[in-house]
Amino acid sequence: MDLRLTPDMESFRDEVRGFLVAHQDRYAPGAGADRPREAAMEWQALLIDNGYAARTIPQAYGGYGAQPDILKSRIIAEEFTAAGAPRGFANQGISMLVPTLLEVGSEEQKTRWISPTLRGETVWCQGYSEPGAGSDLANLQTKAVEDGEDFLISGQKIWTSTAAQADMIFCLVRTEPQAPKHDGISYILFPMTTPGIEVRPLKTMTGSAEFNEVFFTDVRVPQSAVVGGRGRGWFVANATLKHERGMLGDPNATEARFAALIDLMKSETVDGQRLIDNPVMADRLMALQARLMTMKFNGLRTLTASMTGESAGMAGMVVKLQGCELNHQIAALAIDALGELGVLYEDGPHLRAKGSWQRNYMFDLGLIIGGGTAQIQKNIISERGLGLPREPKLAVV
Amino acid sequence: MDFSLTEDQRMMQESLSRTLAEAASLDRVRKFAGDPTDRGADVWAALTDFGLPGIVISEEYGGLGLTLLDAALMSEALGRAVAPVPFMGTVLAPLALRLAGSAEQQSKWLPKLASGEVTAAVAISEAVAGARDGAGVTASGGKLSGKALFVPGGLGADLLIVADTGGALHLVEGGAAGLTREIMTGIDLTRRMAELTFDKVAAEPLTGGKDVLARLRDAGWVLLAADTLGACDVMIEKAVAYAKERKQFGRVIGSFQAVKHLCAEMAAELEPCRSLVWYAGYAFDAAPDESSLVAAHAKAHLSEVSRFIARTSTEVHGGMGITDLLGLHFWFKRVGLNRQLLGGPERVRALAAQMQGLTA
Ligand SMILES: Cc1cc2nc3c(=O)[nH]c(=O)nc-3n(C[C@H](O)[C@H](O)[C@H](O)COP(=O)(O)OP(=O)(O)OC[C@H]3O[C@@H](n4cnc5c(N)ncnc54)[C@H](O)[C@@H]3O)c2cc1C
Repeated sequence: MDLRLTPDMESFRDEVRGFLVAHQDRYAPGAGADRPREAAMEWQALLIDNGYAARTIPQAYGGYGAQPDILKSRIIAEEFTAAGAPRGFANQGISMLVPTLLEVGSEEQKTRWISPTLRGETVWCQGYSEPGAGSDLANLQTKAVEDGEDFLISGQKIWTSTAAQADMIFCLVRTEPQAPKHDGISYILFPMTTPGIEVRPLKTMTGSAEFNEVFFTDVRVPQSAVVGGRGRGWFVANATLKHERGMLGDPNATEARFAALIDLMKSETVDGQRLIDNPVMADRLMALQARLMTMKFNGLRTLTASMTGESAGMAGMVVKLQGCELNHQIAALAIDALGELGVLYEDGPHLRAKGSWQRNYMFDLGLIIGGGTAQIQKNIISERGLGLPREPKLAVV
Repeated sequence: MDFSLTEDQRMMQESLSRTLAEAASLDRVRKFAGDPTDRGADVWAALTDFGLPGIVISEEYGGLGLTLLDAALMSEALGRAVAPVPFMGTVLAPLALRLAGSAEQQSKWLPKLASGEVTAAVAISEAVAGARDGAGVTASGGKLSGKALFVPGGLGADLLIVADTGGALHLVEGGAAGLTREIMTGIDLTRRMAELTFDKVAAEPLTGGKDVLARLRDAGWVLLAADTLGACDVMIEKAVAYAKERKQFGRVIGSFQAVKHLCAEMAAELEPCRSLVWYAGYAFDAAPDESSLVAAHAKAHLSEVSRFIARTSTEVHGGMGITDLLGLHFWFKRVGLNRQLLGGPERVRALAAQMQGLTA
């Protein structure tokens, strides 16, 4: 164990700091669920041009083209967190589609889609889940029937985040109905403006429509839009699902949120007493800080493993489960610290932080479910991590 | 940047585990637990051959000259084996001498401690965890009076490091006149504690005040957290192994999701703790500014996680978990004692908040 950085890395850190200070006035929050605004797109472009976003993506596809260097990526993440600087776009197109295309896309698909996705010009949605295929994703039924050079796609997706804003969808469809359920799926890209697509917003408990239902009726899509080969969709999707899970437990984001919670507890008072001076509250805060530390050092450990090409094993498997839960707990403590103020939601003189704690508290519950529920994560940990037997299959009745 | 153990560290930990598997088998532990007069001399002898007593003592005095992280890795192995040895004094007494002892005191004691010829214990419970039942030691004119409770390894130690109520440290020889020791039997029969009574006992002062005490406390927290980590590992392993073999309703119970998820929750809670314990050990020597805070969090958090694991592992074992037969209770009780020694989680977290200036 030696956590010192080489002088090279220290000077890289200085470089990142220098960049952040020099461009302070241009910070623009990265688009999450929304279509990015102009300032966000400019910030994103600046990040890409300087190698702070899309760092290792080849220049030919609109990235910065640096050699992968996990430590440098880490330093960037740390410095951006410390400066409170937005990290650029973190949407499903960037976190899931781009790695998928890099891994298995055709040359034409890479050239066509990666650059505009990175720059926020093309917004994607992820069409995996269906009403009858959530945790049991391989059970999906949306069918794609051959029609000459094309497929005709019919069926329904659900929980599709950003479908209402998206230009394009990366979608799992069943192309081989006779094949066993994992083998009959294809991964396909098409515009959301294709005739036959209907998007119906689904309001969530946060009050906004973060996801949607999407209906397909004979949507005509060229067969050439399949990524990674017909019938290979399950493997293609799985190759990138791990990226989504890693992102969902990122301790850097959690650290920033924890710092905000400390500030909140120092500034909020009840009967003139700061919340931080309430021993019960301080105790809960410290208990969460310990958890945060475990996840942060766990992150350094998995980082070391990936630098040496080893598998992080159990340390990697627990990130989504523990990280998402911790985020939710931090928001929960903030709400308790706010007390009655913590239930306000509409804009008004008493609302704190624009209601973001309240929104996080609800939205994080969604993240515990999305990308593989806590129970599914526990199945993975117990079966792949601890070697416990799978549940016996039900006899078909 | 390298957040992993070195090959040497891994080998040394494995090798200690092998030594313990022979010298402190579960049968041996059981025998120790059943006999209050057993001082575990044979176990200590095996550990002395291994070099454990000199782990943090510099080579100049015949020790191995290793870091607190190394000591924590040893502590983890001792926890895994529920080894019947008090390790805390082995590390904290030499640290106290290094930080606050005179050249004379160092050359008198360190070689003997390193060779295992003498053993040491530290009596700092009142100063760190708070005084109970009117305990507390006061110093006056080079003599100590009062009581110190909950001293692991204090019964047989040849050398005692004692904190007084003002936080100053003193060195007391085991045979000093006016010192009486009594056994304090707790739930954890793998380690016995002492109640020390001082009646104008001659003591040598150590230099340094509360800052040295704080270093000892931090090191103690890390060692306890590491011991707990080792014990937790075993409790999970035992639960998983049992779940793979015990059958009910015609299936192994490990194929029931309710049981699988209990096991997954234990693993998911513990795995990130390993990283925290490593970092806390590392920080003690390499990042002293952060060391107290991470040590506090390691101590408090491992206490919480271990309580969950001790309970859950026992439940996965069903009725067998409660029996003496299986011996799972040795680990259950081990983490139970570690939780309270040198302060329970709430007290330690309150200190953690103070250290950061968050609370007064
Ligand atoms: C905020 C949010 C955004 C999302 N965005 C998208 C998106 O953009 N695109 C997309 O395709 N999908 C998206 N999803 C869908 C998400 O992937 C699914 O909700 C998730 O996989 C769970 O499926 P389900 O909702 O059908 O729940 P179900 O599978 O019906 O699960 C219900 C309950 O049963 C439990 N359960 C199910 N199977 C098992 C099992 N084998 N063992 C134990 N317990 C089990 C679950 O853990 C859960 O508690 C999103 C979801 C959320 C909440």
